[in-house]
Amino acid sequence: MYNFKYQVASSAEDATSKINASDEGKLLAGGMTLLPTMKQRLAMPSDLIDLSGASLTGITASEKTVSIGAMTTHDTVANSKEVSTAIPALAKLAGGIGDPAVRNRGTIGGSIANNDPAADYPAAVLGLGATVITNRRSISGDDFFKGMFETALEEDEVIVKVDFPTPLTASYVKFPNPASRYAIVGVFVAKTISGVRVAVTGAGACVFRATEMEAALTKDFSPAALNDSSISEDGLNADIHASAEYRAHLVGVMARRAVAACE
Amino acid sequence: MPSVSMTINGKQVAGEVEERTLLVDFIREDQRLTGTHVGCDTSQCGACVIHVNGEAVKACTMLAVQANNSEITTIEGLANGDDLHPMQEAFRDNHGLQCGFCTPGMIMSAVALAKRNSAPSEAEVRHYLEGNLCRCTGYHNIVKSVMAGARAMT
Repeated sequence: MYNFKYQVASSAEDATSKINASDEGKLLAGGMTLLPTMKQRLAMPSDLIDLSGASLTGITASEKTVSIGAMTTHDTVANSKEVSTAIPALAKLAGGIGDPAVRNRGTIGGSIANNDPAADYPAAVLGLGATVITNRRSISGDDFFKGMFETALEEDEVIVKVDFPTPLTASYVKFPNPASRYAIVGVFVAKTISGVRVAVTGAGACVFRATEMEAALTKDFSPAALNDSSISEDGLNADIHASAEYRAHLVGVMARRAVAACE
Repeated sequence: MPSVSMTINGKQVAGEVEERTLLVDFIREDQRLTGTHVGCDTSQCGACVIHVNGEAVKACTMLAVQANNSEITTIEGLANGDDLHPMQEAFRDNHGLQCGFCTPGMIMSAVALAKRNSAPSEAEVRHYLEGNLCRCTGYHNIVKSVMAGARAMT
């Protein structure tokens, strides 16, 4: 790992000013992706601005919204009574990320800011139509994820929390890589008051909505409704773990399982 | 260089570290507590699991500076003098180790599990040990050990 300057931010605003004062600073949340990346010398930030002291943790739930602070760990979300009651699929998703030690450090803000193509949380943010609140603005889940490891965030913008609207029903099913637990394909299905949403992670360069499946499920919210819809393999990821064709097939299987788990 | 101070196994320690020093290196190289192992150095294997403020974490994926002012427990902190911790005893009784390299991390994860769930089922133990790899593939006896150790801890 190349060396860097380490600073602790006392608030989101403080983190923004420390990033702006640095040469090529990076925000440090749980570090579950950033530190391994730095160990491989794939990243060499001049400064790490640690957000652990910025008071960005905590979960609040109202009738319509579950609000999760950016520095809240996966373990906290997985074991939160509020989350399990309001959006059980979200608690289950958080409990399936990585392994217990990773869940004790990794955070929701870090996960979505990194936007790994195979990360779980982006599927929930897009699938539930959540809103990402930064120290500058609110960004709709539909506008947040821009491409592989790319988001709508500015370099010096800090995620404060994510607001998830409570769905009528929702479910997330993934086909995890047996070694890393990253999703080879993961599908988040949600039935909300404004319609059905289907978000797919792991399959493409970035999480995306399967609109054809959404239309089919709007007519008939059942696994069988998806029997005739398929996802094109064009542009899907292909690697040693799964071909694009296989991933396209898995999207259908995971989506049907997710719908079945909703019923 | 930044200075850090923390409590390791009940003892207050302090030192100067490079920012990039990993917590596991501070524990092994500076504090000479070599019970915590480095297996893969890529967050996969769990040989480096320790407790930071009571929670199991992988010490190879945390900076020493991030652990400033925290309470750390390593495998060396479990036994009470010559009396092994019940989880260590259970690993001995159930032949829960072969080469022993993964054992410190296995035991630290197992103790963290037992604190949450005093009677974990076999499936729960296997699920919780997802992040701890044994290259001897001796999982069967490890799972037996963890179940026995959790019961003995109550």
